[in-house]
Amino acid sequence: MGINTKVNIAGVELKNPITVASGTFGSGMEYDEFVDLNRLGAVTTKGVANVPWPGNPTPRVAETYGGMMNAIGLQNPGIDVFAKRDIPFLRTKDTKIIVNVCGKSTEDYIEVVERLADEDVDLLEINVSCPNVKEGGIAFGQDPKALYDITKAIKAKAKQPVIMKLSPNVTDITIMAKAACEAGADALSLINTITGMKIDVNRRTFAVANKTAGVSGPAIHPIAVRMVYQVANAVDVPIIGMGGVMNAEDALELIMAGASAVAVGTANFNNPYATIEIIDGIEKYMIDNNISDINELIGCVK
Amino acid sequence: MSKIKIKANILRQEMIAGNVFSMVIQAKEIATQAVPGQFVDLYSADGSKLLPRPISLCEIDREQGTLRLVYRIAGKGTAEFSTLTSDHTIDVLGPLGNGFKKEGKKAIIIGGGIGIPPMLQLAKELDCEKSIVLGYRDEEFLSSEFKPYGDVYMSSDNGEFGVKGTVMDAIREYGIEGDIIYACGPTPMLRAIREYAIEHNIKAQISLEERMACGVGACLACVCKSREVDDHSMVHNKRVCKDGPVFYAEEVEL
Repeated sequence: MGINTKVNIAGVELKNPITVASGTFGSGMEYDEFVDLNRLGAVTTKGVANVPWPGNPTPRVAETYGGMMNAIGLQNPGIDVFAKRDIPFLRTKDTKIIVNVCGKSTEDYIEVVERLADEDVDLLEINVSCPNVKEGGIAFGQDPKALYDITKAIKAKAKQPVIMKLSPNVTDITIMAKAACEAGADALSLINTITGMKIDVNRRTFAVANKTAGVSGPAIHPIAVRMVYQVANAVDVPIIGMGGVMNAEDALELIMAGASAVAVGTANFNNPYATIEIIDGIEKYMIDNNISDINELIGCVK
Repeated sequence: MSKIKIKANILRQEMIAGNVFSMVIQAKEIATQAVPGQFVDLYSADGSKLLPRPISLCEIDREQGTLRLVYRIAGKGTAEFSTLTSDHTIDVLGPLGNGFKKEGKKAIIIGGGIGIPPMLQLAKELDCEKSIVLGYRDEEFLSSEFKPYGDVYMSSDNGEFGVKGTVMDAIREYGIEGDIIYACGPTPMLRAIREYAIEHNIKAQISLEERMACGVGACLACVCKSREVDDHSMVHNKRVCKDGPVFYAEEVEL
């Protein structure tokens, strides 16, 4: 008996629910020698802005118990180089392309979204939740009115389906989810990193130069499961769940909580083969448990 | 050939100085393609420590398929590695980074502190006249192993052995000359070498260190300031793990 692992995100069919979390995988080039990118449901790219961004001072990362924190600051080459170099590379692979878009102002986001309108990419993921940049980013993701407005503005220009990436750094994520959906978001992804701080007691300074940084990894996984569950029960759009997924069991938790797809992030740093092992693990779970269609599992825990 | 992550058998491990350990691992897939100046990522067996620790290659035995890693305990991860013995395995990713480029006729090989180990394999492989300058705080290690490969000069902070001061003091004191410098060590040392090389118009390849996550050039954590616009992000940030760790001195700002 064959099993169906195909899932649908806003009309785009992924061969399986596994993608990568933006920023942990570049545009896939650096992981091409470890994993067969053709096996991924989708590749979600590092955030791309209208112009090159230099990012934050170093150190940009630190390890935390059961996780890590980063404040890269969205270093990226800008849309022109990205469109010329990264999209053609990804198009040689049999996988869907989710382009993560970042900006400092509504105009910045719109510029990138308009530039991508004629590009051969499948989905846009709008990063309104990066905790590590001074302007834009999370400012749009922590105020429902601002989130509604930017979602509306992007939807008016976007040619591809729009996924709004939500921040966990809010009191009630369902309010944000509803605001994005009312403005026309086609899908949601959650969670971005959780803002944290680490102090190096030997140097008596911040472990990460930006002072605050986004915490990720298995330590935050239960928070992601809880928020995906809450959002899945509050809105009707598909969800890409992420947050500390290390193995197939973690991914299945998010799926059962309501995610149609799952992104693997920090795990790539611990194990460059993580994505493929998780895909294999999900298939094994389905066979062992007589599940013929992965869609039966999405949101199955009520 | 390409980077690979393997579970390596530990063949032996010993402490060679205070908190400095020498570990030999069986890692044929990595050793056969590795060059001096490259590094590997070592992974903790403890799931609470997720990020790999980048460790330079001290010796590469391509015939035996082994790697020698000499590292200092810098935190909980390296402390864990130091307890491993020959009945353990360790997860290793490599070879990573670019390595040194062999050039010139008269080399000055400079290592400072825990920047000394990667210079050993380079000293072995460089086929030219070599002066080797090793800088220590107060405890010497590995220096005798360099002796077959060139003239060895030392410095120590307190002057207990070698020249009192830094590697730069040793270079001046002994009037060491060359047409190419290779160096690895703490940033202040590399900064001084960079200035010296530029002032004396000598090429210098310096190996940098920065806090890393992925180790393969994807996450953009370990960047250094580059003079030219980098070809990855079109800014002035080269990736230490992939574009480096070895850079020409004039390529980077320290």
